[in-house]
Amino acid sequence: MPRTIAWKRYNRRVICLSLAYCAFLLPAVYGFKHQLVPHSLAYLVAVLPALPIIGIFGAIGRYLVEEQDEYVRMLMVRQILWASGLTLSFATIWGFLNNFGLVGHADGYWLIALWFIGLGIGSLVNKLTLDDGGC
Amino acid sequence: MENRLRVLRAERAWSQQDLAGRLEVSRQSVNAIETGKYDPSLPLAFRIAELFDLPIEEIFVSPSRRSSKAI
Repeated sequence: MPRTIAWKRYNRRVICLSLAYCAFLLPAVYGFKHQLVPHSLAYLVAVLPALPIIGIFGAIGRYLVEEQDEYVRMLMVRQILWASGLTLSFATIWGFLNNFGLVGHADGYWLIALWFIGLGIGSLVNKLTLDDGGC
Repeated sequence: MENRLRVLRAERAWSQQDLAGRLEVSRQSVNAIETGKYDPSLPLAFRIAELFDLPIEEIFVSPSRRSSKAI
Protein backbone atom coordinates (compact mmCIF):
# COMPACT_ATOMS: atom_id res chain seq x y z
CA MET A 1 0.00 0.00 0.00
CA PRO A 2 1.55 3.37 -0.99
CA ARG A 3 2.35 5.50 2.07
CA THR A 4 -0.07 8.36 1.62
CA ILE A 5 -0.79 10.93 4.35
CA ALA A 6 -4.11 9.23 5.12
CA TRP A 7 -2.34 5.87 5.36
CA LYS A 8 0.20 7.26 7.85
CA ARG A 9 -2.65 8.74 9.90
CA TYR A 10 -4.46 5.40 9.80
CA ASN A 11 -1.32 3.58 10.95
CA ARG A 12 -0.89 5.95 13.88
CA ARG A 13 -4.51 5.39 14.93
CA VAL A 14 -4.18 1.62 14.67
CA ILE A 15 -0.98 1.64 16.77
CA CYS A 16 -2.69 3.74 19.48
CA LEU A 17 -5.76 1.49 19.46
CA SER A 18 -3.58 -1.64 19.61
CA LEU A 19 -1.80 -0.24 22.67
CA ALA A 20 -5.20 0.55 24.25
CA TYR A 21 -6.29 -3.03 23.47
CA CYS A 22 -3.28 -4.41 25.38
CA ALA A 23 -3.82 -1.92 28.20
CA PHE A 24 -7.44 -3.12 28.61
CA LEU A 25 -6.97 -6.83 27.91
CA LEU A 26 -4.08 -7.68 30.22
CA PRO A 27 -5.64 -6.24 33.41
CA ALA A 28 -9.00 -7.79 32.48
CA VAL A 29 -7.48 -11.26 32.07
CA TYR A 30 -5.51 -10.87 35.29
CA GLY A 31 -8.51 -9.48 37.17
CA PHE A 32 -10.91 -12.23 36.10
CA LYS A 33 -8.31 -14.96 36.65
CA HIS A 34 -7.69 -13.82 40.22
CA GLN A 35 -11.32 -12.88 40.88
CA LEU A 36 -10.44 -9.25 41.52
CA VAL A 37 -13.23 -7.80 39.36
CA PRO A 38 -16.35 -6.86 41.36
CA HIS A 39 -19.57 -8.20 39.89
CA SER A 40 -20.88 -4.67 39.34
CA LEU A 41 -17.93 -3.91 37.00
CA ALA A 42 -17.63 -7.31 35.36
CA TYR A 43 -19.52 -6.43 32.17
CA LEU A 44 -17.63 -3.17 31.75
CA VAL A 45 -14.20 -4.79 32.29
CA ALA A 46 -15.11 -7.64 29.92
CA VAL A 47 -16.24 -5.27 27.15
CA LEU A 48 -13.36 -2.77 27.44
CA PRO A 49 -10.87 -4.80 25.31
CA ALA A 50 -13.49 -4.98 22.53
CA LEU A 51 -13.73 -1.19 22.24
CA PRO A 52 -10.28 -0.57 20.68
CA ILE A 53 -11.01 -3.32 18.13
CA ILE A 54 -14.26 -1.58 17.25
CA GLY A 55 -12.14 1.57 17.07
CA ILE A 56 -9.92 -0.10 14.45
CA PHE A 57 -13.01 -0.74 12.31
CA GLY A 58 -13.80 2.96 12.73
CA ALA A 59 -10.20 3.86 11.78
CA ILE A 60 -10.54 1.80 8.60
CA GLY A 61 -13.77 3.62 7.75
CA ARG A 62 -12.15 6.97 8.45
CA TYR A 63 -9.17 6.02 6.29
CA LEU A 64 -11.52 5.30 3.37
CA VAL A 65 -13.07 8.74 3.82
CA GLU A 66 -9.73 10.57 4.19
CA GLU A 67 -7.78 8.78 1.44
CA GLN A 68 -7.47 11.19 -1.47
CA ASP A 69 -5.84 8.72 -3.85
CA GLU A 70 -8.75 6.87 -5.44
CA TYR A 71 -6.65 3.95 -6.67
CA VAL A 72 -5.14 3.37 -3.22
CA ARG A 73 -8.63 3.61 -1.73
CA MET A 74 -9.82 0.97 -4.18
CA LEU A 75 -6.99 -1.33 -3.05
CA MET A 76 -8.22 -1.06 0.54
CA VAL A 77 -11.84 -1.67 -0.51
CA ARG A 78 -10.72 -4.83 -2.32
CA GLN A 79 -8.90 -5.96 0.83
CA ILE A 80 -12.05 -5.36 2.90
CA LEU A 81 -14.16 -7.32 0.41
CA TRP A 82 -11.75 -10.25 0.57
CA ALA A 83 -11.66 -10.14 4.37
CA SER A 84 -15.45 -9.94 4.69
CA GLY A 85 -16.12 -12.58 2.05
CA LEU A 86 -13.67 -15.04 3.57
CA THR A 87 -14.86 -14.44 7.14
CA LEU A 88 -18.56 -14.76 6.31
CA SER A 89 -17.92 -17.87 4.22
CA PHE A 90 -15.88 -19.45 6.99
CA ALA A 91 -18.51 -18.56 9.62
CA THR A 92 -21.27 -20.05 7.45
CA ILE A 93 -19.38 -23.30 6.89
CA TRP A 94 -18.37 -23.55 10.55
CA GLY A 95 -21.94 -22.84 11.65
CA PHE A 96 -23.34 -25.73 9.62
CA LEU A 97 -20.54 -28.10 10.69
CA ASN A 98 -21.20 -27.12 14.30
CA ASN A 99 -24.95 -27.53 13.85
CA PHE A 100 -24.52 -31.11 12.66
CA GLY A 101 -22.14 -31.88 15.52
CA LEU A 102 -19.06 -32.30 13.33
CA VAL A 103 -16.95 -29.54 14.91
CA GLY A 104 -16.96 -27.95 18.34
CA HIS A 105 -18.12 -24.49 19.31
CA ALA A 106 -15.74 -21.62 18.48
CA ASP A 107 -15.71 -18.28 20.27
CA GLY A 108 -17.09 -15.47 18.13
CA TYR A 109 -14.06 -13.22 18.53
CA TRP A 110 -11.98 -15.59 16.38
CA LEU A 111 -13.94 -14.22 13.46
CA ILE A 112 -12.30 -10.84 14.08
CA ALA A 113 -8.86 -12.47 13.91
CA LEU A 114 -9.95 -14.22 10.72
CA TRP A 115 -11.16 -10.92 9.26
CA PHE A 116 -7.77 -9.31 9.85
CA ILE A 117 -6.08 -12.35 8.25
CA GLY A 118 -8.50 -11.80 5.35
CA LEU A 119 -7.18 -8.22 5.03
CA GLY A 120 -3.70 -9.69 4.64
CA ILE A 121 -4.92 -12.16 2.01
CA GLY A 122 -6.63 -9.27 0.20
CA SER A 123 -3.35 -7.37 0.23
CA LEU A 124 -1.58 -10.41 -1.24
CA VAL A 125 -4.24 -10.72 -3.97
CA ASN A 126 -3.74 -7.01 -4.75
CA LYS A 127 0.00 -7.58 -5.05
CA LEU A 128 -0.44 -10.60 -7.30
CA THR A 129 -3.03 -9.04 -9.59
CA LEU A 130 -2.31 -5.30 -9.61
CA ASP A 131 1.21 -4.69 -8.31
CA ASP A 132 3.79 -3.29 -10.70
CA GLY A 133 6.78 -4.63 -8.79
CA GLY A 134 7.85 -1.09 -7.90
CA CYS A 135 9.05 -0.23 -11.42
CA MET B 1 -9.07 1.26 -20.50
CA GLU B 2 -6.56 1.78 -23.28
CA ASN B 3 -4.86 5.18 -23.13
CA ARG B 4 -1.91 7.27 -24.36
CA LEU B 5 -0.71 8.30 -20.95
CA ARG B 6 2.66 6.58 -21.21
CA VAL B 7 3.35 8.19 -24.61
CA LEU B 8 2.29 11.65 -23.45
CA ARG B 9 4.42 11.29 -20.34
CA ALA B 10 7.42 10.12 -22.36
CA GLU B 11 7.06 13.09 -24.76
CA ARG B 12 7.56 15.38 -21.78
CA ALA B 13 10.36 13.21 -20.31
CA TRP B 14 8.41 12.79 -17.10
CA SER B 15 8.83 9.78 -14.87
CA GLN B 16 5.77 8.09 -13.37
CA GLN B 17 6.74 9.78 -10.11
CA ASP B 18 6.83 13.21 -11.82
CA LEU B 19 3.36 12.69 -13.27
CA ALA B 20 2.06 11.34 -9.96
CA GLY B 21 3.35 14.47 -8.20
CA ARG B 22 1.63 16.74 -10.72
CA LEU B 23 -1.65 14.85 -10.36
CA GLU B 24 -1.29 14.52 -6.56
CA VAL B 25 -1.73 10.76 -6.67
CA SER B 26 0.62 7.86 -5.92
CA ARG B 27 3.07 6.54 -8.50
CA GLN B 28 1.22 3.22 -8.26
CA SER B 29 -1.96 4.98 -9.42
CA VAL B 30 -0.19 6.34 -12.49
CA ASN B 31 1.23 2.92 -13.28
CA ALA B 32 -2.17 1.22 -12.83
CA ILE B 33 -3.83 3.73 -15.18
CA GLU B 34 -1.04 3.50 -17.78
CA THR B 35 -1.19 -0.28 -17.87
CA GLY B 36 -4.99 -0.28 -18.08
CA LYS B 37 -5.39 -2.08 -14.76
CA TYR B 38 -7.39 0.79 -13.33
CA ASP B 39 -9.83 3.20 -14.98
CA PRO B 40 -9.64 6.66 -13.38
CA SER B 41 -12.76 8.42 -12.13
CA LEU B 42 -14.14 11.23 -14.28
CA PRO B 43 -12.64 13.96 -12.01
CA LEU B 44 -9.17 12.35 -12.23
CA ALA B 45 -9.53 11.83 -15.99
CA PHE B 46 -10.33 15.56 -16.31
CA ARG B 47 -7.28 16.44 -14.17
CA ILE B 48 -5.11 14.33 -16.48
CA ALA B 49 -6.65 15.94 -19.57
CA GLU B 50 -6.15 19.44 -18.17
CA LEU B 51 -2.54 18.67 -17.24
CA PHE B 52 -1.77 17.61 -20.82
CA ASP B 53 -4.05 20.32 -22.24
CA LEU B 54 -5.90 17.76 -24.35
CA PRO B 55 -9.50 16.57 -24.56
CA ILE B 56 -10.16 13.38 -22.57
CA GLU B 57 -10.89 11.37 -25.72
CA GLU B 58 -7.40 12.13 -27.05
CA ILE B 59 -5.90 10.46 -24.00
CA PHE B 60 -8.36 7.66 -23.24
CA VAL B 61 -9.71 5.36 -25.92
CA SER B 62 -13.45 4.89 -25.61
CA PRO B 63 -14.12 1.13 -25.13
CA SER B 64 -17.27 1.35 -27.28
CA ARG B 65 -15.49 3.10 -30.16
CA ARG B 66 -12.65 0.66 -29.90
CA SER B 67 -15.02 -2.33 -30.17
CA SER B 68 -16.97 -0.76 -33.07
CA LYS B 69 -13.66 -0.20 -34.92
CA ALA B 70 -12.84 -3.87 -34.38
CA ILE B 71 -16.15 -4.85 -36.03
